[in-house]
Amino acid sequence: MLQIENLHAQIGDNEILRGVNLEVAAGEVHAIMGPNGSGKSTLANVLAGHEAYGITGTVRFEDDDLLALSPEDRAAAGLFLAFQHPVEIPGVGNLYFLRMALNSVRRRRGLEELDVMAFLALAQERMKLVEMDESFMRRSVNEGFSGGEKKRNEILQMTILEPKLAILDETDSGLDIDALRIVAGGVNALRTPDRAMVVITHRQRLLDYIVPDRVHVMAGGRIVRSGDKDLALELEEQGYADLGQEVTPDRSASVGATP
Amino acid sequence: MTTVASAVRTAATTTPTVAELLSRLGFPPSDPGPAWLAQARHASHEWATARGFPTLKDEDWKYTRLGPLLEVPFERVGGGTGRPVSPEVIDALTIDAASTRLVFVNGFFAPELSRLTDLPDGVTVTNLASVLAEGGAGLEPFFSYPFGGYDHAFTALNTCLFEDGAFIHLPADALVTAPIELLFLSEAQGSPVVDNPRSLILAGPRSRVVVVETYAGASGNATCTNAVTQVVLDEGARVEHYKIQDEPDTAFHLALLDVRQGPDSRFSSGSVALGSKIARNEVRVRLEGEGAEASIDGLYLPRGDQHHDNPILIEHAAARCTSRQLYKGIVDEHGHGVFNGRIIVWPDAPGTDASQTNKNLLLSDHAEVDTRPRLEILTDDVKCTHGAAVGALDEEALFYLRSRGVPYEAARALLTYAFAREMLDLIESESLRAHVQTLVDGRLSTEDSGTGGTLR
Repeated sequence: MLQIENLHAQIGDNEILRGVNLEVAAGEVHAIMGPNGSGKSTLANVLAGHEAYGITGTVRFEDDDLLALSPEDRAAAGLFLAFQHPVEIPGVGNLYFLRMALNSVRRRRGLEELDVMAFLALAQERMKLVEMDESFMRRSVNEGFSGGEKKRNEILQMTILEPKLAILDETDSGLDIDALRIVAGGVNALRTPDRAMVVITHRQRLLDYIVPDRVHVMAGGRIVRSGDKDLALELEEQGYADLGQEVTPDRSASVGATP
Repeated sequence: MTTVASAVRTAATTTPTVAELLSRLGFPPSDPGPAWLAQARHASHEWATARGFPTLKDEDWKYTRLGPLLEVPFERVGGGTGRPVSPEVIDALTIDAASTRLVFVNGFFAPELSRLTDLPDGVTVTNLASVLAEGGAGLEPFFSYPFGGYDHAFTALNTCLFEDGAFIHLPADALVTAPIELLFLSEAQGSPVVDNPRSLILAGPRSRVVVVETYAGASGNATCTNAVTQVVLDEGARVEHYKIQDEPDTAFHLALLDVRQGPDSRFSSGSVALGSKIARNEVRVRLEGEGAEASIDGLYLPRGDQHHDNPILIEHAAARCTSRQLYKGIVDEHGHGVFNGRIIVWPDAPGTDASQTNKNLLLSDHAEVDTRPRLEILTDDVKCTHGAAVGALDEEALFYLRSRGVPYEAARALLTYAFAREMLDLIESESLRAHVQTLVDGRLSTEDSGTGGTLR
């Protein structure tokens, strides 16, 4: 489904991705772990189409040359990024935005647009999945949401847009154990043989709920090690110290989480 | 600065003096009205002739070049000389077909297009000329009122030349809840046309009224609207005033909304500027009675080569008054937006609470904004805040929307509309809010550049 070959990304003179290679097949869940600054979030942003980076390399997503597509075309092709820091957009209603997004995507996939009633029914069903109150829908996108509410809103959007490939960028950071369970439940509800996921995380904890097929370790802008789910456990115990890099696991991003 | 300098030179060489212009426009008018009004017109003529036109050196005019306006050989037309206006046009411009409305075409009252409804006892809604024709008893002070020390030639020109406008009078405790609509249409089929509508809104003690002024026209030759609206609120009166300026981009629009507030009165103004080539939408509020409150809000959306200037003056002249200003600009293409807001707190105004906010969204690299909040505080015991911001669309928000599948143009429109939405939410009347929303939506979503006429 996704083939990344020798992907480089830089901002100005600062090269952040230094040759990433990764292959994700349909039905698989891949976890990407690694210390802060290793390039995990940059990889996620580059895949979603953020325009701040100078990029070389190739990324194929199904039949598409992903790097040639606009962010909205990537979404229509079935890519979804759950942001680490979802942006607040005052003045844009959550429900209005979500319906606009879904219908834009459906239109480009050649599907019929959903009218307000049909969309509301779908949204209500998916909100139950992530245990979100309907009052959120009437608020502006992420405005005044707590950290956990923002993450749940990301998962809600994902369950409504039903992407083929979902990239979750530190969706677990800042979540307590209940929120983590809810988020994982939303993710697992979307797991089917024709979908794939890339879960970026600092910590092994999330992987208790979303069990990965493959685990990769990123350091210095590359994937330096890959293995099965046991690799995550090993990293949790030993840290990133023996990766040949002078790096240590950064736990500061987990502040506020229940140990 | 090159353009500024050349404008000054042009103004000095090829534009008329005030006296020349007034004479060309037919001053003194053949029917100047009651003797006191004829006198007020002559006094204004004398004042303006001596004073001359404002220049870019005047603080309140430094952003609006008058050269392009004064070079146009404007003429005044007689009543009833315009092309007939169809009822469909009126329907499209009015908010509620059932509301009271007064329609003026090139400054003249058009009774056949107007609609007078049953109003509470003692409430008068009519055209000013009809009141003046009967002597205009008691109105003299409103025309000899010198507009403080801030008068300029265009206000004086209006006094010299006005033919008609709206007259609204509410006696004590009168409540008119449905908006009264005032529609000013300008059209120049032949020579460029100038008109000078003059309106007066007098709100008696504890009375309440909502007034909407709409300015529109047909594209054709240039028009110039030089409008003055005076609002006087007695103790405890409440007036909501809205203004929609949607003239074609062949139009020049100069307007003054002059407000005087008595004790515990509440005045709110919401303006939306969409049209005109050059528009200067001046608002002056004088808080004269203790405990008065004023909210002055505006949204301006210049694009193409449009210029929208918003000079605001709030004078706190009595104790414990509150004033709020919120102006937002969305400037596209080569548009130019100006917020020139001034608050003066006089020595006898302790307990003043004043705030002023101006935010601007620039949608193109060529868009330009001047924002100039000014506070002049001449007493202690005041709370004044002001702030201004100019920026482009939030790139991260744009990426977020696009990453969810919303196309680039739609995402931009959504964020732009979100910026404007705060202003729409301030409009209390639901039907008016929907009407303004349609206008703003149309502006923000259309690919078409330039404002066409609304009459055709």
